[in-house]
Amino acid sequence: MEYSVIKAEKLTKKFGGFIAADSLSFEVEQGEIFGFLGANGAGKTTAIRMLCGLSIPSSGKATVAGFDVYRQSEQIKKNISYMSQKFSLYEDLTVMENIRFFGGIYGLTDKQLKDKSDQLIAQLGLQTEVKKLVADLPLGWEQKLSFSVAVIHQPKIVFLDEPTGGVDPVTRRQFWELIYAAANDGMTIFVTTHYMDEAEYCKRISIMVDGKIAALDTPENLKKKFGATSMDQVFYQLARGAQRSDG
Amino acid sequence: MTNAGENLKEGSIQNPGTTVISSIVLLGLTKIYGKEKKVAVDSITLSVNKGELFGLIGPDGAGKTSLFRMLTTLLLPDAGTAAVGGFDIVRDYKQIRNTIGYMPGKFSLYQDLTVEENLRFFATIFNTTIEKNYEQIEEIYVQIEPFKNRRAGKLSGGMKQKLALCCALIHKPSVLFLDEPTTGVDPVSRKEFWDMLKRLKAQEITIMVSTPYMDEATLCDKVALIQNGKILSVNTPQGIVNSYPEKLYAIKSSNMYLLLQSLKKYESTIESYAFGEYAHATFRNDISDKNDLEYFLQKQGVEDIEMKPAAVTIEDSFIKLLKN
Repeated sequence: MEYSVIKAEKLTKKFGGFIAADSLSFEVEQGEIFGFLGANGAGKTTAIRMLCGLSIPSSGKATVAGFDVYRQSEQIKKNISYMSQKFSLYEDLTVMENIRFFGGIYGLTDKQLKDKSDQLIAQLGLQTEVKKLVADLPLGWEQKLSFSVAVIHQPKIVFLDEPTGGVDPVTRRQFWELIYAAANDGMTIFVTTHYMDEAEYCKRISIMVDGKIAALDTPENLKKKFGATSMDQVFYQLARGAQRSDG
Repeated sequence: MTNAGENLKEGSIQNPGTTVISSIVLLGLTKIYGKEKKVAVDSITLSVNKGELFGLIGPDGAGKTSLFRMLTTLLLPDAGTAAVGGFDIVRDYKQIRNTIGYMPGKFSLYQDLTVEENLRFFATIFNTTIEKNYEQIEEIYVQIEPFKNRRAGKLSGGMKQKLALCCALIHKPSVLFLDEPTTGVDPVSRKEFWDMLKRLKAQEITIMVSTPYMDEATLCDKVALIQNGKILSVNTPQGIVNSYPEKLYAIKSSNMYLLLQSLKKYESTIESYAFGEYAHATFRNDISDKNDLEYFLQKQGVEDIEMKPAAVTIEDSFIKLLKN
């Protein structure tokens, strides 16, 4: 059964007089791939930080995986994962050492760690690379490994902050296959991207402009609503008039 | 290594019967790093015409920055030669530095100088003044002029980018090298940046620009697709798209994940991959028997199937070339 794993109601963050995130209200269902778009400076990172329990909101309500962002940030952290574009595996550790390290941090038992690392290495086809330093892996593999390590403790929700920047188009799609598979298994994916074709892979998309959610719907409905043939055009129509856009 | 300047004088490499003048010429240019002999740039040969907007399209680690650093005389090649504006990149490095503008991928202006101080600094280095060449940068500079007393480090990403472009243009270069100017930039700012490039092109500046965004390829006169230090293809964007070997289809369903999985299992599928709201796929036998595919997909549980011929994009071509 589908239920909301993220609920935000008028979630707001102010820095002095500056309203970085302005009364955000939305829900994300379990197993949904939810695209969180916006121009640079629109307030995406601020919103994500609040949802991850890293930043206390100024006002409004939110629960993540059923936990309150004000009072239960530690429980939230145990149930989510966060991967940024430059999410760094330890480059001077080997593939296996990285898996052990992160698995250990997330509290996996030795038995779980062994099963999980075998499964993960087989899935990624990294059998011959386990003893290689991460620094020597091609970038695309490093990103796929990053994602797999980020979900090693099977979090309910994974936050991906521009996970595919600079990656070639084949690897970018392999990466999305991992995301699709994880969502298919019931994991909720909350993802930001500057690639508008990737926005189409999401079930629903929100677009932030100047700290507010300016639109939230399925890609298909958004295109209809804005009379656009691509998400690129939808985004452009919404973000073009932004006061806070990075220009 | 021979001096490319001797045989690659501006205009000496031409297509027979035309008067096209080459502004940048590379002959087997190669860069190898470290003890492990990692080949970053692998014997690249190409030429860029004067006044052309030339795109170097490829992912991180493809060799774009190494190539730029050799052409801007900041890195010595290990083999091959190249000339920029008729000057050899090794022997004539001083002349090249005077005639080119270079905007590196990483923001490299002085963060603790103001906008105006940075610009004045770069103008002075090239023995000129802001006032003398103001016309060259005016259109871009007016957008950041209201912040001319702000330190560069305090600017937003988009404004930093505009300042960096002004600093690269202030000495009126004839060739401009822009290394990933739009990486990490949102689609609106990216569009603005490309509009600026188009206007610069009108001033007959040769521009070599690199980007990981395939959709930007169509904005160039000519593009080179680069991966693992090698050029996969050099052509006009239309030429690259036209040389796509198969008929491409766009397919959609209410369950895209299942559709993608199923397409991979279909026996005459050559390629299949997600492409925006559709999956793109090519087939071995031109699937004149479209019903067979639909029947197969339905058997896999794929519902609401929509299928149509698709227009090939640069990204499709790149995927094809990467997989070969």
